Amino acid sequence: MILEGRNLTIGYADRVVGTGLDVTLGKGEVLALLGPNGGGKTTLLKTLLGLLAPKAGEVRLDGRPLSARSIQERARLMAYVPQSHAATFAFTVETVVLMGRTAHGNLFSGYTEQDRAVVRAVLDRFGISQLASRPYTMISGGERQLALLARALAQEPHFIVLDEPTASLDFGNQGKVMREIRALAASGHGVLFTTHDPNQALRYANRAMLLRDGSRVGEGPVEQILTRSGLEALYRTEVEEIVGASNEGRAFLPH
Amino acid sequence: MPGFAIAVGVLIAGLLLAFTVGRYPVGLGDLVSVLFAKITGQKPDVSAAVESVILQVRGPRVLAAVLVGAALAVAGTAFQGLFRNPLVSPDILGASSGAALGAVLGIYLALGVFAIQLFAFIGGLAAVIAVYVIGSAVRSRDPILVLVLTGVVIGSLLGAGVGLVKYLADPYNQLPAMTFWLLGSLAATTVSDLLPLLGPVFLGTAVLLALRWRMNVMSLPDEEARALGVATGPLRIIIVAAATLVTSASVAAAGIIGWVGLVVPHLARSLVGPDFARLLPTAAILGGGFLLLIDTLARTMAQVEIPLGILTAVIGTPFFIWLLTSVQKTWS
Repeated sequence: MILEGRNLTIGYADRVVGTGLDVTLGKGEVLALLGPNGGGKTTLLKTLLGLLAPKAGEVRLDGRPLSARSIQERARLMAYVPQSHAATFAFTVETVVLMGRTAHGNLFSGYTEQDRAVVRAVLDRFGISQLASRPYTMISGGERQLALLARALAQEPHFIVLDEPTASLDFGNQGKVMREIRALAASGHGVLFTTHDPNQALRYANRAMLLRDGSRVGEGPVEQILTRSGLEALYRTEVEEIVGASNEGRAFLPH
Repeated sequence: MPGFAIAVGVLIAGLLLAFTVGRYPVGLGDLVSVLFAKITGQKPDVSAAVESVILQVRGPRVLAAVLVGAALAVAGTAFQGLFRNPLVSPDILGASSGAALGAVLGIYLALGVFAIQLFAFIGGLAAVIAVYVIGSAVRSRDPILVLVLTGVVIGSLLGAGVGLVKYLADPYNQLPAMTFWLLGSLAATTVSDLLPLLGPVFLGTAVLLALRWRMNVMSLPDEEARALGVATGPLRIIIVAAATLVTSASVAAAGIIGWVGLVVPHLARSLVGPDFARLLPTAAILGGGFLLLIDTLARTMAQVEIPLGILTAVIGTPFFIWLLTSVQKTWS
């Protein structure tokens, strides 16, 4: 099963953000989307999720156009992890994660015993079972991001799409969330995430796609794509490359 | 769940007080025997006067208070979830003032009860749509503030409309009816007034209660809700229509009773938390009990009846100010 965008023109009612974009995401792989602010990362993400209709081209999920699937069907196949935000109402973490089960019931159904079992399992997987009855508004940013990951996993999707999953997280939590993302791919999910940190892509993704001004300027395995010259062209700034002593492990720093 | 039990307790206390307290006090025993006799179809062993007070005078009024209170509370809870804002209520979004203009026009045109209610519904729905469309068309960093301000502005325009109709109305016949009605009252409730109220309130409340599980998701940002598998567009229209229906029906039957739709959802949330699956039923029961207590107060605390809208405003205004100052950080 693959999620693919073919020759996409993306944008909003009054403007075009990007053209000629092709994306493919298979199960079990992690694709990182990199590029400067305003380059079209989030717009592409929303188009692939079906939240925004492409202005041209087509998004296909398991061979069928996204537009031919109901909104509920889509939610059973792919999940969206938005940037963590302060909620309006102080729902408990359990209630937040239970919302991930919405697409598995009908318009009027409550939560079944199976829904609750799934929620218990995903909370357990991310090690946040002890937060189940805490208000979502009263937990830390890292815990909130894990709760949103748990909600996405509760949808039992094949693909998980994350918008800057580590934005506004502290150093330690960035690592924790990225390791969980890696583990999702290991358990067979196709994962797509946007990031501002090439090192994250290098370390946790299989492939990277570079977007600038709405065009794809590079795509391929991270070791090949994420090079000093590639990043300098992408961000139009000088980049320093640090290589580990035994010539294994690399990292980039902006000049 | 103790929170729900407290709400039920308030409703039961409201029912007992409303039936027994008043210018013609009724004993608890008399109440029980009349109700028991009514159910079993026997002749009660109390005087005809007591029976008439319970069944003809207080009965319809009690039922109306419970229905209107529950309707306003459920509508307020739904609006707060839908607009992701604990400060909105049917009054603030213009549903009440729109319904008021519709109903006043209906009285002015000397229409029947059903037509007045239809006018109230159309007025309320049009006002909410206008507020929502204008409020979301304005681009702002604080869309909630824009929405609330739009509601205030549209509300004052509708208020001018109500003023115009009152100015044109027959001062001996229609004007007192309008004024009395605009202040909110259940005093004139009879069995025949109840029937047109029952249908829309039951229908709208039933729709909102049936959708209570989805209401949680509807309180999330739109794109998130859609990614979770909810077609937010149609569902939002259904919820607004249902909440406006119950508000308008309440306004048409009992006049403008402000603040219930704001205060009761907050009280209910403090009892059972924000999960709409539990919140909506609790708000309905608490709203019924709340308005019943207020109505009993309205008819017993002074020689003359105090209009309901005045009592709820006296309670609601300080509550709103407290809400603004104290609960800003986290809505619980």
